[in-house]
Amino acid sequence: MKSKLFSAAVLALATLLFNPAWAQDGSTVDRTATGGAQTLEDIMRRQEQLEIDESFRSENLGNPENAAPASGQLGTLGGRSDADVWRSIRYNKIDPTVQSPGPANGVMIQDEGMPWYKLREGPVITYGGGAILGFVALLVVFYFVRGKIMIDGGPAGTTIERFKAVERFGHWLLAGSFIVLGITGLVTLMGRSFLIPVIGIDAFAPIAAGSKWLHNNVSWAFMLGLVMTFCMWVAHNIPNKLDWQWLKAGGGIFTKSHPSARKFNAGQKIIFWTVMVLGFSVSLSGLSLLFPFQLPMFADTFGVINSVLGTSFPTDLAPHEEMQYANIWHSIVAFVMMLAIIAHIYIGSVGMEGAFDAMGNGHVDVEWARQHHDLWVAEVEAKEGKGESS
Amino acid sequence: MKVMISAFVAALVIASLAPVVLDQFGWSSAEQASSESVRLE
Repeated sequence: MKSKLFSAAVLALATLLFNPAWAQDGSTVDRTATGGAQTLEDIMRRQEQLEIDESFRSENLGNPENAAPASGQLGTLGGRSDADVWRSIRYNKIDPTVQSPGPANGVMIQDEGMPWYKLREGPVITYGGGAILGFVALLVVFYFVRGKIMIDGGPAGTTIERFKAVERFGHWLLAGSFIVLGITGLVTLMGRSFLIPVIGIDAFAPIAAGSKWLHNNVSWAFMLGLVMTFCMWVAHNIPNKLDWQWLKAGGGIFTKSHPSARKFNAGQKIIFWTVMVLGFSVSLSGLSLLFPFQLPMFADTFGVINSVLGTSFPTDLAPHEEMQYANIWHSIVAFVMMLAIIAHIYIGSVGMEGAFDAMGNGHVDVEWARQHHDLWVAEVEAKEGKGESS
Repeated sequence: MKVMISAFVAALVIASLAPVVLDQFGWSSAEQASSESVRLE
């Protein structure tokens, strides 16, 4: 229950960033001249792409209690004019009878569709893609400035087991599936903008279909890998005072010192918890998208946030709106995860001598281990001295 | 490296089995969004 509430809070906090409610200035418009209808100021604000308080018409849906007798004028529409009815349809305030089941089939017009589309095609792609490219460029510069982190004095030539086979299996299940999900997710999000102009629609179609299949189905391997790595490593990733010392020393990256660490140092713990928290959240929103309209999460999440923080996030969301929030949230979390994983890949491969061996064959050079995880080496050697396995 | 490759293969096997398992559970987006009266089969 606690984890459900936590994920709900995490999900909703980021929506603060793009919730249109924050963009409204709360100004009230005098509509007496138009009898409560749209004014010139509304039109001008819309042309300037400013937010408009739509409640003057989304709440103006007529009153059935004012119904004229069936024999009188407007009797067949009850107390609602044609305009009232169309406003109800536009703002999804009607409950139409439809033959097909499913929560989305009774929605005739979904008013938030265009803002979602513009957000997805605009800021999400621009800032998300820009962040990845910028971060990769930053790492290239860092590599040339700092250089590869070498083993001081060179490798010892003897090795120590760093990760068992099952640990490496869980890591690579998670890592391999994440890379597939990242690439296919980017193709799905950006292919229309960047691939179609280059390779054309005919070539993009099978790539898009294949990406969709892979993204939907490899997601289960990602979730399994996430659970495996969490169960195997959570005990080693509980923060402690030693982490603060490690962080104060900058992990030795800039000073070329070697702050003490157990099996995982503070930097690895940050990566671990980033992957776990964001991975859990991206899995939740992914499940919501994988089973369309069956697992709505944002209305309940907003309800929890409203009750705790006193905010007024919308809790009456159309089924499509739930999917749109899930889609945007899924993209944002995935971009943040990609940044963290790119940094992780860098330091685990070209950035540090001997680091890849830990996940490559499970054994690392003893000198490397002493320099980066001295306390862990001491623990392993103490256990081996007592005749226990590491 | 064998462990890494076997994990990648496992991811593909899981991906291949996922739609089959979901189908066995009876979940289908077509079923969720249609009914006998509107299905054109």
